[in-house]
Parts: sequence; structure tokens; C-alpha cells
Amino acid sequence: MSDPADFTIAEAARALRSGETTAAALLKAVRRRVTMTEADLHAYLTIDAEGAEASAAAADEAFARGEDRGSLQGIPIALKDNMVTRGVETTASSQILAGWIPPYDASVVTKLRDAGAVIIGKTNLDEFAMGSSTENSAYGTSRNPWDPERVPGGSSGGSAAAVAVGSALAALGSDTGGSIRQPASLCGVVGMKPTYGLVSRYGLIAFASSLDQIGPITRSVDDALAVLETIAGHDPEDATSFRGELPDFGSQVDRGVDGLRIGVVSELLGEGTEPAVADAFGAMLERLEGAGAEIRELSLPSTAYALSAYYLIAPAECSANLARFDGVRYGLRVDGGETVEDMMGATRAAGFGPEVTRRILLGTYALSAGYYDAFYGQAQKVRTLVIEDFKQAYQQADVLVTPTSPTTAFTVGERTDDPLAMYLSDICTIPSNLSGDPGISVPIGVDDAGLPIGFQVLAPALAEPVMFRVAKAVEGLAGFDARPTLANSEGAA
Amino acid sequence: MTWEAVIGIETHVELRTHSKMFCGCPVGFGGEPNTRVCPTCLGLPGALPVPNEKAIEWTMRLGLALDCEIAEHSLFHRKNYFYADMPKNYQISQFDLPLCADGHLDVTTETGERRVGITRVHLEEDTGKSTHLGEGGRIGSSGGALIDFNRAGIPLMEAVTEPDIRTPEEARVYAQELRAIVLALGVSDARLEEGSMRFDANVSLRPAGVVELGVKVEVKNMNSMRSLQRALAHEIERQTEILDGGGAIAQETRHWDEEAGRTEAGRSKEESSDYRYFSEPDLVPLSVGDEEVGKLRAGLPELPAQTRARFEAAGVDATGARVLVTSGLGTLFDEAVAAGAAATEAAKWLTGEVTAYLNREDTDPAGLQIDGTALAELVSMVEAGDLSSTAAKHVLEGVLAGEGEPRRVAEARDLIQIRDEGALSEAVAAVVAAHPDEMARIAGGDGKLIGFLVGKVMQATGGKADPRRVSELIREAAAS
Repeated sequence: MSDPADFTIAEAARALRSGETTAAALLKAVRRRVTMTEADLHAYLTIDAEGAEASAAAADEAFARGEDRGSLQGIPIALKDNMVTRGVETTASSQILAGWIPPYDASVVTKLRDAGAVIIGKTNLDEFAMGSSTENSAYGTSRNPWDPERVPGGSSGGSAAAVAVGSALAALGSDTGGSIRQPASLCGVVGMKPTYGLVSRYGLIAFASSLDQIGPITRSVDDALAVLETIAGHDPEDATSFRGELPDFGSQVDRGVDGLRIGVVSELLGEGTEPAVADAFGAMLERLEGAGAEIRELSLPSTAYALSAYYLIAPAECSANLARFDGVRYGLRVDGGETVEDMMGATRAAGFGPEVTRRILLGTYALSAGYYDAFYGQAQKVRTLVIEDFKQAYQQADVLVTPTSPTTAFTVGERTDDPLAMYLSDICTIPSNLSGDPGISVPIGVDDAGLPIGFQVLAPALAEPVMFRVAKAVEGLAGFDARPTLANSEGAA
Repeated sequence: MTWEAVIGIETHVELRTHSKMFCGCPVGFGGEPNTRVCPTCLGLPGALPVPNEKAIEWTMRLGLALDCEIAEHSLFHRKNYFYADMPKNYQISQFDLPLCADGHLDVTTETGERRVGITRVHLEEDTGKSTHLGEGGRIGSSGGALIDFNRAGIPLMEAVTEPDIRTPEEARVYAQELRAIVLALGVSDARLEEGSMRFDANVSLRPAGVVELGVKVEVKNMNSMRSLQRALAHEIERQTEILDGGGAIAQETRHWDEEAGRTEAGRSKEESSDYRYFSEPDLVPLSVGDEEVGKLRAGLPELPAQTRARFEAAGVDATGARVLVTSGLGTLFDEAVAAGAAATEAAKWLTGEVTAYLNREDTDPAGLQIDGTALAELVSMVEAGDLSSTAAKHVLEGVLAGEGEPRRVAEARDLIQIRDEGALSEAVAAVVAAHPDEMARIAGGDGKLIGFLVGKVMQATGGKADPRRVSELIREAAAS
């Protein structure tokens, strides 16, 4: 029998119900994997051993009573550390929140608990989710389980690494410009960003409110579906949360791609795409065609400006969202002089890392009198154009596909001195944050260095059913079964 | 030179909704600090705002009462600035798309009627309240500052006028009228002294006849209607002196010092005026349909101007009608009339004794121990001759002091007039018998002495005799 830490949710759910394993045993296996890999990986910031054991025991008792709250009951899940957890330190990887113990649970956390999930701990991220490598974490960089010299991607790098290596069966991440999909791609797992508003943001420490969305990171498309079904739905605590009837996310998942129109966005296959990535992507297109899909090349001209618009809108929103970290009510306080203002300035200077500071400054500037129209105002217009372009494209195709990231995992330190190169990691993922549409990354192979390559499927708002359908087909056609070095060398022992 | 004052007023009104603007915390005043707070109104990481529909509705009601246009689409914006008692360091407010715009309010003063334009009425959230220990806000050199966030997030409605007001009196009447409207709508307790209604005024002077506006000064910290009028009068005087002396007015914020009777420049450290407004991404745009606006309009209560007109039609004079409305006694008046009191009598008591009591006790009508039925009873007892007008004042005093209904108070205080003819005749007979000389002179035609003997009878009866009847009885006795 394989190690339960390597189970998918679906496999674990079956094993829990057949009596083959228990939630406690599952947790133990996962904790063992954590112990074996954390020194190399640093996926976690906090492990909630007591809370997890209590949840696992409760899940086992529920099973014993014949009570079944669905596929996540007893499943060990990790949370990106920008989702607040009552009684468990939550820092968003920032010094400014060092030691902060939230007095409340994020709505997704409540939903997971209600579903009987076992929350193992909090995973590392780029500070306040700003970054693409976890190198901006104030608490050290997480490593890629396929090659510890490399980054796991970001900002949900800790979540992706943990799922890839078996330190959690699934994790939640947050995606503002690709922060779920890009690390999923770099770590060889599935990462999904739902339609904006499907999953409550209440309790997600905001980076850019109009772009942030929580979603699952899992080892299979079916698992992503299972997690999404648990966490999606209207939340009265989030005024931007979707109020209508939810689509039946899994209604088409096993139907295959025969007869579907799949659009390839020419602008997102340009310079900067590594040959191995382009080759793997092209090969998958051929297989999809072979499976009956019609491949159409489409143009989304506005995507050329999407990155620029994103880097005005997201910093502008973050400049206000992060204003609350002032040393007055919680977190770090540095007495910087005579006045309250001095204290606030000193606290913020000491508490925020360089990338967060850069974005706050950018955003403050973009919103300033005299610059608003040229920067923030213009960026909003581009956003409208991107939305229009996507609408046009979705008249000609059921889904759009791109490589998730133009490159595979890069080495630690390679891009830290070049913010622009780092920002380009998200070129393929950012447009759908601007439009609010869903997207998913599915691993389809590895490059010559054995590093995973991700394939992205984008769909119109609320069209998750067709997105999952194509993603599941891609997963099947890829037959991706490689395992990360760290999980293989240690986990198989 | 003759200067003309140009005044605009910004009014903040805390709405007394059940819960705060963006969270479920209760709205209240006073109490233990930081007991009506939650993740949202404390600005904790991850917390989100959810708008209070009632507050939005109430703001539109005020807009409609001020003849504003209700925006079909409006937005909340973030107003960014750092302030220790503002939890998020931005205030959720409204910017270029307020809920209500382009209204007006007519104010009548001794110099005539003026239409004051209402630029906008919008909705925002209140901040917390700082208490500085020692010197203003300096952490190092003082004991620091304490912040109470109970007030943070209370819905705050802001009504802004055009610069249409010309005199301090007009400003006061505008403020009183606005307050009366707010009270009539029942959306706030509008207590100036508790800060649930706050006025800021912009004042500038220009040579009479000139169209361009002068440099404006913002005056803050006026905690009563009287101080609003005084502060503006002072500020106009101050600016007049500067301009007459050839000086220039500095654009600044000045604080009214009630005790010193003057305005003083605010701290010189200029706050940033660039609030970097942008639309609040945590909230969705507001849209209001014609149907909803129609419903709200139809649901408006009688407004103060209409109430005054109705009171006047019932026979109350213009001043009385104004006092009834501005002091919030209109409801009591209506109840008394409904309970059978004559309108003029009810108005007389309310605008006289009751208003004096309110001023003396510094309280408002909600705290009164009298209701319409009791007032009507008092009026009818006077009419029936059970109470002299002097005794009636004592009875009212007792009623207001919580001693009970008028008749009970009158009985308990032994103030009911003697209407028993026998008892009265006895009392008169005793006085007559004791004053034979005076009686003889009265019989001889010296009518002035009747008053003296009436006084004696009143004294003997403890003021409970009906003086007119006593006078008649004495005349009869003298004539017999």
C-alpha cells in the first residue's frame, strides 16, 4: 500500500470510508511527510498540531457515528497564511503581523471546518501575496520540491510545495495575478482560480480587493472540484460575493473535449516562452485536437497592456488595503519619535519588506492628484478593454488555453534584483484576474531538467463546468505521474 | 467698505440605525470603551464591509426631504488619510457619485426667506474617538492617547450646502430647520452636545455687490445652535477687521472656543488635502430604481414646514408654531389636541412653561414626564375652574417632576379650587365678619378695598378659592 500522504482527496475519501485508514492515521502520515521535508522545503510557517489532531479525532468520531459531511471530512488541508484563523498565528509572511493571533476565522476556514476538514497549518507566501517566488516572505523562501535550488513560484508557493510533496492532501491559495496557478504550475500540481465572487474573501488579508480570489491547490482536477464545491457560495459577510445560483461545477467534467472549441491566445505565446514549455503546450494542443476539439488561434490585443494595468490597479488597491497596518491596534509597533505619526512611519518602515514598500509607493503615486487620470484612470480603461476582448474571444471559443507560466521554476535569487522579470512570470495569468474569469493550471509534463510544466485553461465567468471538463481531459491526455524529488527520495523510504 | 458674508454649512449626522454602517455592531452612545466593536469596525486584517441598507434608505429619505435628486447609480469611495482613530486609515465615504444631490431648504428669518441650495447628501462611516492624555497626541512626552472604537463605523450622513447663507442668523435657522427635519424623519437623535449632529461652516467675505468669492475659512467645533451663530458672527467680525485693515485672509481651519468667545487657528501642521479617492472595491455600486424612490417619497412623514402650516391653521401663531416644531414638541401638541385640549391653550403651555422647563433642565422632549392626555387634562381643569392659572403652573411643575397625572398632583398638593358654594361662603363670611370697617367702606362705594378682602380670603383658603367668585360674594355681602 502506498503512503497515505500521497493520496488524492478522492483516494483518501474512499480509504476513510472503507475503513482502510482513519483521519488520525492520515494526519499522522502527512505530519511524517512534513517532518521529513520541511527542513529542505520550508512550505509551512505554522503547524497547528493540536488543532489538527482535534479535528482528525472529531472526523473519526463522525465517521464512527455514521455522520458524513462530504469528501473533505478527515482530509488534511493546508491554508496559505493570508487567511485568518482564530487562535492560530496569521502573518501573511510579514514582520508587521509577527505574532498576531486573529480573533476570528475566515469564511473559507469556517466552511472547511464545517465540512470536517483537518487544517494542518499555515503555508508560506510572498509578503501579503506580493510576488511570484515566496522570496518576498519575511520568514524565508520556500523551496521547489522538484529542485530545492529553485523557487516554488508564488505567491502561494508554500501551499503548492506542500501539496506537491505530500505535506498536505490539498491547500488553499489566493490568486491576485496568478498566485495560485503559477506556483501550481512550477510545482507540478493543479491550481484553480474561481470566478471572482464565487469564494468569499472575508478573512482573506487583502492585497488587491478587486482581483483577489481564493481557490484550491490539489493533486488532481477532481480534487480541485471537490474543494471548490466546499468553499464556494454566497457569504453575507462579503458584499462582492456572488448571489446567484451556483453552477454545477462538475456537471460536464467527464465528457471529454469532443466538439469543444479551444482558443489559443497568440499574444500569450510570444517571446520569453521557454522552448520546452512551448513544445509541451503544442503537443497538448495536438492531443486535444486528436480528442475531437477544434483548436482556434485567437487574438486578445489588450493583453499587451494587461500587465501594466495590473501593476497600477493592484498597487493602488494595496496602498489603501495595507494602510491599516500602523502599529495602533495590532501587530508590530515601533516607537519612532514624538508623535503618533512618527510611530506609524517607523512601524511601517520596519514592518514592510522592500517589494511591499515598492507597491505601496507605486499605488500611492498612481492615485495621487494630478496623476490619477494618467495612471489609475487609464489602467481602469485597459481593464475594461481586457474584459471586452475576453467577451469577444469567448464568442469564438468555449475555453482559452495558454501555458500557465512562460518558464519552469527558476533558481532562488535569479530574479530578485529584476522586479520586471519577476512580474513577467504572471503574464499569462494576470488577464483573467482583470476580467474576473476562472482559470486552472494542470501539470502536463517536465522539461529537460525534470521541472514541471503547467497548462492553463481559461473560461468565461461562471463557466467552471466547461473549464473543469477541459482540465480533466488535459489531465488524462497528459498522464502526468512524475513525482517531485523530495517526495520520492524521502517519502518512499 | 461694506462686506457681504458668504456661508456654507456641512452637517454630519450620526444615524441611529440598529447596527453600524458596515458591520453588525450596535449603534449607541457612551458605555464602556471598545465594547461595541468587531473585526470589521476595528479594521482587522481580512475583515470586509457590508453596507447597512437601512442607512442608505435613511440617507435617501433626508435627500428627498431636501428636494434632492436621488442618484440612480452611486458609489462608495475610499478617502485615504492616516489618523490614529480611523481603523483602516481610509474612510469609506462617497465622492463624485453621492446618493443625493441638488436639493434645497428654505429658511425664514426676520430679514426674510432664503432658499439654501443643498449640494449633496451622502453617506460615510464615523471614526473612533481619541482621548489624549497630556499634551495633544504626543506619545513620547505624554501619557499617550486612548482610543474608543465604539463610534467607529456608525453611519454618518453628510449634508453640504451651497454658499448661499448670508448671515449667522440664517445659518442658525438653517441648522435648526435641518435638525427638525432629521428629527421628523426619525433617523437620528441629532444631539449636538453628544456629537450625533455636528456642524462645520465655511465663511468668506466679499465686497457687497461683487460676485467672486473671497478666501474661505472653515470653522469647526460648534456644539450648540447658539455657538454656531456666535462663532459665525465672531468670524465675520474677525475677517472684516483684517480686510478693513488692508490685510488678507488666510485659508485655514479655525476652531470655535466657546468660553473665550472666539475662533482660533487649528494646529499649523497642514493635513494632506490629497485624499486619493478611488472607488471602494469591497463594495458593489448602488443602484436605486424609480419605484423605490417613489416608495420612499410616499413614506416621508410630515415635514417641519408642513407641520408649522398645520399648527397655524389650527390657530397657533407663527412664533408658537415655530417653537413647537424646533423644540420637538409638535407630537405632544398633537396628542394634547387629540385628547381634547384647545390648540391655542395647548400651544401656550408647551411654548411657555414646558419649553422653559426644557431649557432649564437642559433636556429634550423625549425625557418629558408629561403626555398629551395629561396636558389636555391640565387645560380642561383650568377651563372648568378647578385650577387657578397660578395653581396650574404648580401642577405642571409637579407633573414634570414625575408626581403623576395633573388631577393627582393637584389633589396631592391641595391645589383644587373650592367650588363648594357652602365652604366658600363660610370662608367669605369669616373674612367679612373680621373686617366690618372695610365692609362699610365698600358698601359706601370704595371698590378698591374688594381686592384687599379677596386677598384675605385667598390667604385663608390657601389660594384654592376662585378669586372671581370670592369677589362676587364680597360684593353681595356688602350690598346686603
